[in-house]
Amino acid sequence: MNNFLFNRNIRAIFKRELYSYFNTPVAYVFIIIFLFLAGIFTFYLGAFYERGQADLEPFFNFHPWLYLFLIPAIAMRLWSEERKSGAIELLMTLPITTLDAVLGKYFAAWCFSGIALCLTVPMWFTVNYLGDPDNTVILAGYLGSLLLAGGFLAVGSCISALSKSQVIAFVISVVLCFLFILSGFPLVLDFFQGWAPQFLVELVASLSFLTHFDSISKGMLDLRDLIYYLVFITFWLYANVVVINTRKAD
Amino acid sequence: MTDTDQIPAIEVKALDKRFGPIHAVRDVSFSVRRGEVLGFLGPNGAGKSTTMKMITGFLEPTAGTVRVNGRDIVAEPIAVKKSIGYLPEGAPAYAEMTATRFLEFIAAVRGVDNAQRRVDEIIQRINLDGVRHQTIDTLSKGFKRRVGLAQALLHDPDVLIMDEPTDGLDPNQKHEVRQLIKEMAEKKAIVISTHILEEVDAVCSRAIIIAAGQLLFDGTPAALRAKSDKNDYDDAFRTITTRFYASQGKAEQS
Repeated sequence: MNNFLFNRNIRAIFKRELYSYFNTPVAYVFIIIFLFLAGIFTFYLGAFYERGQADLEPFFNFHPWLYLFLIPAIAMRLWSEERKSGAIELLMTLPITTLDAVLGKYFAAWCFSGIALCLTVPMWFTVNYLGDPDNTVILAGYLGSLLLAGGFLAVGSCISALSKSQVIAFVISVVLCFLFILSGFPLVLDFFQGWAPQFLVELVASLSFLTHFDSISKGMLDLRDLIYYLVFITFWLYANVVVINTRKAD
Repeated sequence: MTDTDQIPAIEVKALDKRFGPIHAVRDVSFSVRRGEVLGFLGPNGAGKSTTMKMITGFLEPTAGTVRVNGRDIVAEPIAVKKSIGYLPEGAPAYAEMTATRFLEFIAAVRGVDNAQRRVDEIIQRINLDGVRHQTIDTLSKGFKRRVGLAQALLHDPDVLIMDEPTDGLDPNQKHEVRQLIKEMAEKKAIVISTHILEEVDAVCSRAIIIAAGQLLFDGTPAALRAKSDKNDYDDAFRTITTRFYASQGKAEQS
């Protein structure tokens, strides 16, 4: 009970959640599709060979777009399922806090996406076999990708707490994540440009997943990018706790 | 013996719950002592489940208090939840887990000592041995209900709250569950909700009836039966509830 970020309750819920991923087809479908698409995107769309450069930029570049659909798919069941089956009543009458439950589930989903990401190491071997890449940049790319997945998952987890329907949770999460990817682009900024004060427009622009992800994955580990993800994840998980506390019985 | 025997195991005072315009529970008060089995009766939608959800800390009351062993559920939710075993309506569980894994998870969260041995013990006690390695979604309704019971009893709680523990079971299974409740009754405070009135006779030492969120009767099974001219539970239940609904109707008209 000493460590509030990973106490006994969180560990127990974490283990149960992770076990559930691997005891349903979700895990295997997700991992296979993730690896398959990551490969296709890198070699065909990213022109990995044709570029003739020993780095994994074409690989990481597609991660935001892969995650856009795949991460909401693993986040959607976190709470929707619980509410639909009524198991939430069991869970929330155990001697745990709502934060324990939210963190246990979130860490399990994040760990799961991390496992999928780890299974892409053959890419790393390939690029090391073919050339002489800067491995610290690649490591930073993996870190950036993991943080990006964590950000998407925090949104997905919160949204899944809002609805008993996994489909609704999935669709809303995809749309929200899409907006956060694009918030640095004119598509979203034009919407604010006309009426909102300049600082708000800049704020929206600075929320973009893509800008923060790009700088990390290019090897520029800026503290501000790390803080951005940390604050972003904390915000959505906090919202998740509030949603559970106010709407668990609906 | 000690002070804890002086304090009722469950003390519900002026409990009130509103869901927007719906007034689900109105000013309900009662208490349960150790050694008592309280039968919680009422028509469907009377507020039985809502009251149980407030006692177990799933819902927060709009007004009023719930104390378990003298501790307030809203002020000390974790401590109170530790001393309660709860079987929610329909015995929800994690369908993709095996019965054993599920119970191990509950034991881990509840911090049960010697978890492995305790899980084995409860599996024997509740007769789950034959299905312990099956996933819960493949189990029959009777076995699912037993998994729910096992989960509620795992940490040997002082207070046991069960929402319709025998609903949907066949007569043999009902008998087993009632037998189990009787065996535990001496050391625990037990609340069961039911709309099978024979259950009151079979296991309860006290009965309360609520309808439209209001407490209508609180007394022994014998006192309940005496409310009927025919000395019959069903008749007594009908007499009390219909008289109440009739008076409600009059109140609305005037």
